[in-house]
Amino acid sequence: MKNTPIQLHVVTRIVAFIILIFSIFLFFAGHNNPGGGFIGGLMTASALVLLYLSFDLKTIKRVLPFDYAYVIGAGLLLATLTGVAGMFFGFPYLTQFFEYFQLPILGETELTTALPFDLGIYLVVVGFTLLVILTVAEDDS
Amino acid sequence: MSTLHIIPLAPFLFAFLIPLFYKKFRHIHTGWFVLPLPLIIFIYLLQFLPLGGTAFQPVEVTVAWVASLGIDFTVYLDGLSLLFALLISGIGTLVVLYSIYYIANKRDEPLNNFYVYLLMFMGAMLGVVLSDNLIVLYVFWELTSLSSALLIGYWYHKERSRYGAQKSMLITVTGGFAMLAGFTLLYLMTGTFSVQEIIAMSDQIAASPYFVPAMILVLAGAFTKSAQFPFHIWLPDAMEAPTPVSAYLHSATMVKAGIYLVARLTPLFGGQAEWFWIVTGFGLLTLLWGSVSAVRQKDLKGILAFSTVSQLGLIMSLLGMGSAAFHYDVIDGESLYTVAILAAVFHLFNHATFKGSLFMVVGIIDHETGTRDIRKLGGLMAIMPVTFTISLIGVASMAGLPPFNGFLSKEIFFEGALNITTLDMFNVETLGFLIPVVAWIASVFTFVYSMMMFFQTFTGKHKPEELPKHAHEAPVGMLISPAVLGLMVIVFGLFPNMLAYTVIEPAMQSILPGLLGEGEQFYVNIYHWHGLNTELLMTMGVVLIGTALFLNFDKLQQTAFYLGERDPLNGAYDNGLTGLISGAQYVDGVQMTGKLRHYFTYMFVFLVAVLSYALIRTNAFAIDFANTAQISPYMFFIILALSLATIAVPFMTKRVPAIILVGIIGFLVALIFVVIRAPDLALTQLLVETVMVVLFLLVFYHLPELRKESFKPVFKWSNLLISLSVGAVVTITGLSAHAFSHGHDISPISDYFVENAYALAGGENIVNVILVDFRGLDTLLEVFVLGIVALGVVVLIKYKASGREEV
Repeated sequence: MKNTPIQLHVVTRIVAFIILIFSIFLFFAGHNNPGGGFIGGLMTASALVLLYLSFDLKTIKRVLPFDYAYVIGAGLLLATLTGVAGMFFGFPYLTQFFEYFQLPILGETELTTALPFDLGIYLVVVGFTLLVILTVAEDDS
Repeated sequence: MSTLHIIPLAPFLFAFLIPLFYKKFRHIHTGWFVLPLPLIIFIYLLQFLPLGGTAFQPVEVTVAWVASLGIDFTVYLDGLSLLFALLISGIGTLVVLYSIYYIANKRDEPLNNFYVYLLMFMGAMLGVVLSDNLIVLYVFWELTSLSSALLIGYWYHKERSRYGAQKSMLITVTGGFAMLAGFTLLYLMTGTFSVQEIIAMSDQIAASPYFVPAMILVLAGAFTKSAQFPFHIWLPDAMEAPTPVSAYLHSATMVKAGIYLVARLTPLFGGQAEWFWIVTGFGLLTLLWGSVSAVRQKDLKGILAFSTVSQLGLIMSLLGMGSAAFHYDVIDGESLYTVAILAAVFHLFNHATFKGSLFMVVGIIDHETGTRDIRKLGGLMAIMPVTFTISLIGVASMAGLPPFNGFLSKEIFFEGALNITTLDMFNVETLGFLIPVVAWIASVFTFVYSMMMFFQTFTGKHKPEELPKHAHEAPVGMLISPAVLGLMVIVFGLFPNMLAYTVIEPAMQSILPGLLGEGEQFYVNIYHWHGLNTELLMTMGVVLIGTALFLNFDKLQQTAFYLGERDPLNGAYDNGLTGLISGAQYVDGVQMTGKLRHYFTYMFVFLVAVLSYALIRTNAFAIDFANTAQISPYMFFIILALSLATIAVPFMTKRVPAIILVGIIGFLVALIFVVIRAPDLALTQLLVETVMVVLFLLVFYHLPELRKESFKPVFKWSNLLISLSVGAVVTITGLSAHAFSHGHDISPISDYFVENAYALAGGENIVNVILVDFRGLDTLLEVFVLGIVALGVVVLIKYKASGREEV
């Protein structure tokens, strides 16, 4: 390949990981600080868009062999089922619970059902953004 | 459910069996199976006739239908209903018999259709005259319109039949709707749909402001159905129907439904000047117009159609005149104005007999010679002697000659018209003299067309070369029905008092209730010879002038008046209909341009109009700067930059700079979120804007080669004006909403979230807690929206239809 943008590739490799890590941070920070599933998802999608922009579609597809339609489906399923869980114990749909646990390594940690719900949102947002952008980009007609 | 309920329903139920008979017994004419039904009904109804000379007692039976709305199927049988029901079933029997011989049982003749429609009509008509509930009456009323249109269009392959069916349908159904509105007003005034109960409250209705509207609306229904001027134009075109249908529907029964309604509601509306003048005036106008138009016709059925119009007008005007009896009458047993009602009832009966027989006779002539054109016919007297005899009776009765029943009813008509001039109210003093004059002129024309019809057909020279068929006398079966009706014309002409006690008196009692004391009844005595009075002189004048006019018929034939056969009002109807269609198409074409920008204009203009009307109406132009926040210094710069970027967007002539500007606006909005301390919003806005710009660029890059063109916004003052007004209205709405919210004590719900976010949901980020916990359902569904959008994009782009697949 002629004119391979070496600098771009190198920088992308580093930056993309930083963005990904930041996006995961945002996702987990959501409950107590700015962030959450939506922002985290968008940030992850941005990192992946950056990868797609600097490398060609085929390469990234080989590295990340996801069908984003399934990612959306998984996210929706997760978010929907989180709400259903509480119903088995007689609570209204989408009732969220939280409790503090003493976990190894992490110490006292708050575990909440809002997290899988947020994860569902995260997955849908990632899937949505990439599916739309890739579909439009791949359209060569 | 009593036997009386079965009478109107039986024809409908029986109609279900007709296709079975038609298919199973193909070689027997289907009409034979139909024939017993009206005969049984007729015989059953005969037993209600008061033969003992006692007053008729009405019968009332009720079956609940929609009880919660006060709609009950109440059958009310009094003198008036009985008269009509007897006419319907009696003439129905004769018409079915006649149709068996008239419509041949050919392979491709849809006899099953004919008899199903006919039975439908018969049942509907019986329902109209028997039901006491206005809504049930309306249902049957519309069923008569429907079945009548079906019968007119029986030979649907003929264009004229379809035209006639459509015309009659449009006119009668329009009237029917008006009538329904009138009935609704009556219900509003009284709270009941029962005719008898409404009549009992007639004083209360007369005082109501709805009285005149209700009356006019109900009359619109009656006038369209009974072919009163100017709604009569459907009747001549309905002559495309088979002749039995014309004889049954358009002479004896359906066209009298309006007469029935007017007679039935006379106790309700009668006694008021409006009713008197509208009914009498339209009746007389129809009488004159119909008789004058009939003279111009060359088609025998055309003459009969206009003749029917004119005779219906006569009956209608008599009902109008008779309503005066409600005011003050029966002074010392001398009933002056009830005579008009007597004439109406008597002529109603007479008209049904002679017009029915005349239609059947015309059908025979048509059937045996192949034409109905009076210019081609002639000299049939010797060829068709029986037909000739029946015609002579019918025509003489129609013209009002003694000793037939038409003479008697015409005499009483003149008497009623003369009596009414003595009425010293309703402004009759000024215009009343016109009533007998118009009646007399119309009678002259009636005499002329009767003569015309008779002499042109039966006398003169026989012209076999002009006739499509070899003329000969009709089969006996076809002659039975007109002969029976002709016989009735003679019998009731010679012995009219047979009808007086049995039919006319009870009917008068129903039309004019409350005028007689308990146990009294009308005493009707009809004589041929009253002595040499004004009425007899008028009849002699009619005969003399009519004969003179007819003798000069050759001269009349040359005039333009005679040549213009079509009713001039047809032009109004045809132009009105085509105008309605082309007008609707024009409006549609102007408004529905198919251009999105026009529809946006409509929507925005509508939005601005509604919002500004609401603002003005509630006087909401309040601006209140209390409770507004301090504006930070950054905000000024951000807003300034934002405004500049926004204003610049419409001036961009290339797409890419426009996208970039939109991106800038998005980032500035994110900055605003930062300033107003909404970190989650700011983050989301930044990221969404980034992704959107990428998407925009991708999409624009993919715009097809051919359509690629530089982006030049078209400037229009109207667009500017609309945009500015939308902005202004929305801004004012926002400002006034702020001002008004300040005036009311509304505490924001956010306090609850601030207090409980950590305690209840274990989170410190209130925005996130609201999104996933307090209002999780919204978030879930928004995520679903995202999923659907993504799938939509995939489907649109990857699975583009090539346009060749079968859907």
